[in-house]
Amino acid sequence: MSPQDAGESKPSPVRPSLFLERQSYRRRRLADAARLLPFLGAALFALPLLWPDSSDGTKALPLSSAIFYIFACWGALILVNVVFGFAARRMSVGENAEPEAETWRR
Amino acid sequence: MATLNVLILVCLGYVVLLFGVAFVADRLAASGGGKWLRSPLIYTLSLSIYCTAWTFYGAVGNAARSGLEFVTIYLGPTLVMVSWWWGLRKLVRIGRSQRVTSIADLISSRYGKSNTLAICVTTLAVLGGTPYIALQLQSITLSFSIFAEADPAGLYREGSSVFWVAAGLAVFAILFGTRNLDVNERHHGVVTAIALESVVKLFALLAVGFFVVWGIAGGLGPTLDRIDASKIGQWQVDAGRWTTLVFLSAAAFVCLPRMFQVMVVENDDESHLRTASWAFPLYLLLMSLFVVPIAVVGLDLLPEGSNPDLFVLTVPLSQGNEWLAMLSFIGGFSSATSMVIVTAMALSTMVSNHVVMPIWLNTQEGTGSVSGDVRTIVLLARRVSIAAIMALGYFYYRLSGGGAALASIGLVAFAGISQILPALVGGLFWRGATRTGALVGLSVGFALWIYTMLLPDMGGGIIPNSVIEYGPFGWGWLRPQALFGIEGMDPLVHSVLWSLSLNTIAFCVASMLSFPSPLERLQGAQFVNVFDHSTALRGWTGSVAQSEDLMIMTQRILGTIPAQEFFQAEAERQNGRRGRLPEPTPGFLERLERELSGSVGAATAHAMIGQIVGGASVSVEDLLAVADESAQLLEYSSQLEAKSAELSRTARQLREANTKLTQVSMQKDAFLSQVSHELRTPMTSIRAFSEIMRDTDGLSAAEQKRYAAIIHDEALRLTRLLDDLLDLSVLESGQVNLNMGDGTLRAMLDRAVSSALAGGERPLSVRRVRSSERIQLHTDLDRLGQVFINLISNAQKYCDAAEPILTISAHDVGGQVVIDFIDNGSGIPPEAQSMVFEKFSRVGSDKAGGAGLGLAICREIMQRLGGEVTYLPGQGGAAFRVSLPLAYRQAAQ
Repeated sequence: MSPQDAGESKPSPVRPSLFLERQSYRRRRLADAARLLPFLGAALFALPLLWPDSSDGTKALPLSSAIFYIFACWGALILVNVVFGFAARRMSVGENAEPEAETWRR
Repeated sequence: MATLNVLILVCLGYVVLLFGVAFVADRLAASGGGKWLRSPLIYTLSLSIYCTAWTFYGAVGNAARSGLEFVTIYLGPTLVMVSWWWGLRKLVRIGRSQRVTSIADLISSRYGKSNTLAICVTTLAVLGGTPYIALQLQSITLSFSIFAEADPAGLYREGSSVFWVAAGLAVFAILFGTRNLDVNERHHGVVTAIALESVVKLFALLAVGFFVVWGIAGGLGPTLDRIDASKIGQWQVDAGRWTTLVFLSAAAFVCLPRMFQVMVVENDDESHLRTASWAFPLYLLLMSLFVVPIAVVGLDLLPEGSNPDLFVLTVPLSQGNEWLAMLSFIGGFSSATSMVIVTAMALSTMVSNHVVMPIWLNTQEGTGSVSGDVRTIVLLARRVSIAAIMALGYFYYRLSGGGAALASIGLVAFAGISQILPALVGGLFWRGATRTGALVGLSVGFALWIYTMLLPDMGGGIIPNSVIEYGPFGWGWLRPQALFGIEGMDPLVHSVLWSLSLNTIAFCVASMLSFPSPLERLQGAQFVNVFDHSTALRGWTGSVAQSEDLMIMTQRILGTIPAQEFFQAEAERQNGRRGRLPEPTPGFLERLERELSGSVGAATAHAMIGQIVGGASVSVEDLLAVADESAQLLEYSSQLEAKSAELSRTARQLREANTKLTQVSMQKDAFLSQVSHELRTPMTSIRAFSEIMRDTDGLSAAEQKRYAAIIHDEALRLTRLLDDLLDLSVLESGQVNLNMGDGTLRAMLDRAVSSALAGGERPLSVRRVRSSERIQLHTDLDRLGQVFINLISNAQKYCDAAEPILTISAHDVGGQVVIDFIDNGSGIPPEAQSMVFEKFSRVGSDKAGGAGLGLAICREIMQRLGGEVTYLPGQGGAAFRVSLPLAYRQAAQ
C-alpha cells in the first residue's frame, strides 16, 4: 500500500477549515502561480508583434535578436515550470488529506 | 556514397529494431515488470509524436520561406503544457475516470454518450488525418528520392515506394496497435517504440544542427551573423498569422487524435503530466533550436530552387557527410512512422468503436444476447480500419500529386481538427454545453473548414477557379477565401477565424437554446466537476440470471482470463469470497461498462450492456420518469388525503348530527313519558274522586262539594298543563304569531306583579327602581308579560326565605334592555342551574305542583322576541335575567 492510500484511509475531517496551515497555503499560492504562468507566456510570445519589421520603413529587428528573445523566454518558461513541478511534488508529499492533492486510484 | 540499397537495409534494420523494442516492452508490461516503461520520461517522449516529418523537414522549409514563423507551431503546445494545471490535468483525469478510448469517445461520452456526435468527430478526424498521413508518406518518399537521385544505379520508382511505405506502416500499426484489446487501451510496446523514435529524431536533428553551426558556419557567432545577413535575416512576421498559428497549434495539440491517444489514453499516471509540463516544452525547444541555422545555411549553400523542405537531408549530403545524412534520414523516417502508426491506431479505434461496432450491434439486435466473438470482430474492425486509413492517405497522396508545401498540408489538418475545440473545452468547463450545441457547432465549423480551406487548398479543379474568384453563382460575399466580402486576409487566418468563431458561436447559442437529456446533464456534471467526484452514478439493474450472459459477453470482449479475473474480484468484493458469479448490482454493471468501454468505447459498451440487461436497464431517463411519476402519485395522494380529511370531517358532522338526533329522540321519549306522567297524576285523582262520588252512597253535601272541587281543580290543572304544552309546542315549532305592540316597561311590570301576586298563598314583597323602568318597548307585550309573571310567581313559589323579597331592576346595557329578577332565597343549586330551562325540570320537591314547563316556555318566548332569559349565578338567591335587544325599541321610534 502506498503512502497515499494510507493517507486516504484516515477519517477525513467533516468540514474543511476556512484557513489553511502555512504549508497548504503556500501550496495553494503555488497552484495560483502555475495557473498564471501560461498568461505570462502568452504575453511574452505576443510581444514580438510590436517589434518594428521591414514593412513600415523603419529598420527591422535582426532575426538573431528575435531568435535570442524567443528562445530566452521559452527557456525561462520551462525553467520556472521545472521549479514549480518540483516544488509541487515536494509539497504534495504528506498532504493528501487536502482534496486538491487527491491522487487517482484504480 | 550510400546507395539506395544500403538505405533500404538501414531502414529495414531500424524497423526490425523498433519491432524488437515494442515486442520486449509488451512482454515486460504483460509480465508486470519494466517499471521504467511507465516513467514520466517515456510519457514525455511519447508526446513528441507531435513532431512529425512535417516538423523534421517542414520546419526548416518553413523557416527558409518565412523566417521565425515556424516557431509558432511549437509555442502553442508549449503554452498548453505550461497551462497543464488548467486544462490537461482535467482532461487526463476525465479520460481515466471515464475510460475514454479516443477524442471521439470523450466528446460522445460528455454529451450523453451520443454516437452521432462520435461519428461526426470520427469523420472530422479521418478527413483531417488523411492529408496528414499523406504528408508523412510524401516526406518519406521525398527523402528516398533524394538518395535515389544521388544513386544512379538504383531502380527507384516513386509510386511503388509510396505504396510499400504505406503498406509497411500499416503492417506495423496493425501488429502493435491491435495485438491486444487492452481494457485500458494502453499499448506499452508502441509507446516505447515511439519514445525510442523520439530520441532518434531529436538526436538526428541536433546532430545536423551541430554539424551546420560548428561544422559549416564555424561557430555560434558566425552563424548568427550569417542569419542576419540572409534573406530571412530581418524580423518579418505577419501578426495575424503569428497569433493564429500559436492558437491553432495549441488547439490541435489537444484535439489531434494521435496526441489525445498518447497524452490521455496511454497515460499511466496523472503525475507524469507534471514532468511533461516542462520536459515536453524543452523537447520542442531543442527540436526548433537549430531550425533557423539549418535553413540559412541551406539557403546559402544549395542552388537556387532546391526544395527547402529537405535541407535537413541535402545540406549534409552536399557536404559529403553521408552518415549524417543517413542519420537525418532515419530521424525523418522515425518522425513519419511514429506519427502514422499512432494516428492509424487512434483513428482505427474511433472508426471501429463508433462506426463499425454500432452497425454490427444493430445487425445483431433481436438475437437477445451478443453472439459471436466480439473480440475478433473488434480487432478485425480495427485492422481493416488501419488498412483503410492508410489506403486513404495513399490515395490522397496520389491524387494531390504531392506538390504542395509540407507545412500548408499540416496546417489544413490542424485547422480541421481544431473544430473539435469548442465542443471539447465547452464540455470540460461549461455544464450548459449540450449535445445539440456540440453537433451544430461541429457541423458549422466542419462545413466552413471544408469550404474555405480544404477544397480551395486541394486544388485540382474540385472547386472551379471562378468560384474562388467570384463566389458560387457569382455571389461575391460567398467567396471561399473572402467570406462576407472581407478581403485581403491571409487565407489561413481567414479560414480559421471564420470557422472557429462561427463554430463557437453556433455551439454556445445552440447549447443555450436546447435542453440536455438527463444523461447528458449527469455526464456534464461529472466532467466539469471531475475533481469533486471521480465516480459515475448510473443505474443499471439486472437479475442474477443475467450474470452469466454478462460473463459470456465480457469474455468475448476482454478475453477469458481477464474477464474471469474481473468477475471473481467483483464476487469477492460483494460476498467476500470467490467462486460464484457476482450479483449484477448497479455498481457492478457500471464498473463492467467502464471496463468494456476501455475496449469498445463508451457508447458501444453502454449499448451492449443495455442489450443484455435489456428492458431492466434503468437509465437516468427512466429514473427521472419514475421520479416524475412518483411526484404525480404524491400529488394524487395529497389530493386523496385532502378528500379523506373532508370525508372524515363530514363523517364527524354526521356523527354529531346522529348523536343530536338520538338525543332529540331520547328527549322526545323522555318528554312523552313525562307528559304522560304529568297527565296521569291529575287524571288519577279525577278518576278516584269521581268513582267515589258515583259508587259511594250517602255522601254528605259538604263531602260531595269537596270532592267535586278537587275534581275541578285537577281538571283545571290538566287544562293548564295542556295549555302549556300546546303553548310550548307552538313556540318550539316557530308557528307563533307575535302580536307586536308598544308599551313602557314600568306598566308591564306593574301589570305582571299585580297579576302574579293575586291569589298567592305566600306574601312576597317586590322591590323595584321605578325610575329605571322608563323604557319604551316595542314587542309582544302579552308574551313578555307572561315571562315576567312566570318569573315573579316562581319567586313567590320557590323563594325559601322567611320574608321573601324579589328585587326587579332594569338597565340599559350595551344596547340591550336587561331586567333582573333577584330574590333573597337560597337560589338554585349549581348542578341544577343548567337544567332549569329544560322541560319538566323541577328543582327540589314537587311541593308547588308545577309541571316544570314555565321556564322552558319563558326561554322559547324570549328566543322568539329576539332576546333571552338566563340564570345569573352568585347573586345571593335565585336570579334570572331577561334581556331584550334595544333594536326593537329603536325600530319603534
